[in-house]
Amino acid sequence: MEENIKKKLKVSAIKNGTVIDHIPARYLFNVIHMLRLDKIENQITFGTNLESEKLGIKAIIKVSDKFFEDDEINKIALIAPHAKLNIIRDYAVTEKKVVEIPSQVVGIVRCFNPKCITNSEAILTKFTVVSKSPLALKCHYCEKITDQEHLQIK
Amino acid sequence: MKKDLISITDYTKEEYLRIMELAAWFEKNPNQDLLGGKVVASLFFEPSTRTRLSFETAISRLGGRIIGFADAGSSSVAKGETLHDTIRMISNYADLIVMRHPLEGAARYAAEVASIPVINAGDGANQHPTQTLLDMYSILKTQGTLDNLNIFMVGDLKYGRTVHSLLMAMSEFENPIFNFIAPDELLMPDEYKMHLREKGIRYYEHREFTDIISAADIIYMTRVQKERFSDPIEYEKVKNVYILRESMLRNTKPNVRVLHPLPRVNEIHPDVDKSEKAYYFEQALNGVFTREAIIAHTLNLK
Repeated sequence: MEENIKKKLKVSAIKNGTVIDHIPARYLFNVIHMLRLDKIENQITFGTNLESEKLGIKAIIKVSDKFFEDDEINKIALIAPHAKLNIIRDYAVTEKKVVEIPSQVVGIVRCFNPKCITNSEAILTKFTVVSKSPLALKCHYCEKITDQEHLQIK
Repeated sequence: MKKDLISITDYTKEEYLRIMELAAWFEKNPNQDLLGGKVVASLFFEPSTRTRLSFETAISRLGGRIIGFADAGSSSVAKGETLHDTIRMISNYADLIVMRHPLEGAARYAAEVASIPVINAGDGANQHPTQTLLDMYSILKTQGTLDNLNIFMVGDLKYGRTVHSLLMAMSEFENPIFNFIAPDELLMPDEYKMHLREKGIRYYEHREFTDIISAADIIYMTRVQKERFSDPIEYEKVKNVYILRESMLRNTKPNVRVLHPLPRVNEIHPDVDKSEKAYYFEQALNGVFTREAIIAHTLNLK
């Protein structure tokens, strides 16, 4: 098992922190942005276009000395529903977590309805998750459903 | 907390019934000085003469004063002001906002920005709750009840916001049956059918507009709009299939009434107008009483 993981890790190990694995490669930079990783001083390494049995190609992010709150990390569930978190302490995985789609989505997604007020004025979008699988988000303003196919990250 | 009316589902069943009760009272006593000294902002960011005059009549009959505009061209929107700023400013002047806007969600947003109550008079294809309440009042007046009714909806059931809101509201009452008559391109969306299934309410879908309407208590007609069709040939095929003629009403129940949010184009033949089963013009008048009721309820005047 240990051997197996090591084979797949093409990005160097961290001592303490969080590894976010199984991110769809095309959403790597969205995830970085969403978690504000571009704004923090921690050491971060990432790899992308890595082979993945599940996703075809995937991305992975390792953030040293950072442990996410559930609310914070669950934001990425919309674009990386299969993301897995490994919590690392002293080079060992001490905890594994999966992300969960939250019941409310605030400010991350663009409403797909071109006639929605949120697409014409600077308004923080708000959605209620009416279905997690398949994903369906109901806009708090125009009440239209944005589904996985039309999901656009702001 | 201020009471806004943005979507029909903002109201509980008790509130629907309260509005019905108040509307009946205003029908008997239309001129009431309940809004004396109050200012109502009537903000029509897109023209809708019928709805605006209905609201402004209701406000006038309640003794209120009206400020506002009838289309965005004569407002500060033309200078590029945001909805946010327009609403903030008007909140300082008026006691209530009635607004119509071409963008969906505009009314919900305005209600969040405004410190005074907002009544949605239509936001794009989204919601038009005062229309639904006047439809319900028309149903109650003609049927004597909102329970156990067989409601036929005909025409554009896909984009027609009035049928969606009416379905949501009527599904709160006892034992309704819905019958949907629409072409393949304009079927009732799944989310509404799912809502009915979850509530255990029976509904049937039909392509043909035939004597199945003999079971109806209410026939709710809507316009089939040419611009909804991607293929003009498809429109040509269905445009004359969904026309109600007087002859079709002969075998219907004596209590059946034909409703239409108006304006109609050709979906109700003029020969229906003389039938005692036609109710769409009376329905429009009910709008004034219903809007008096909604304003009174919103401002806790009665």
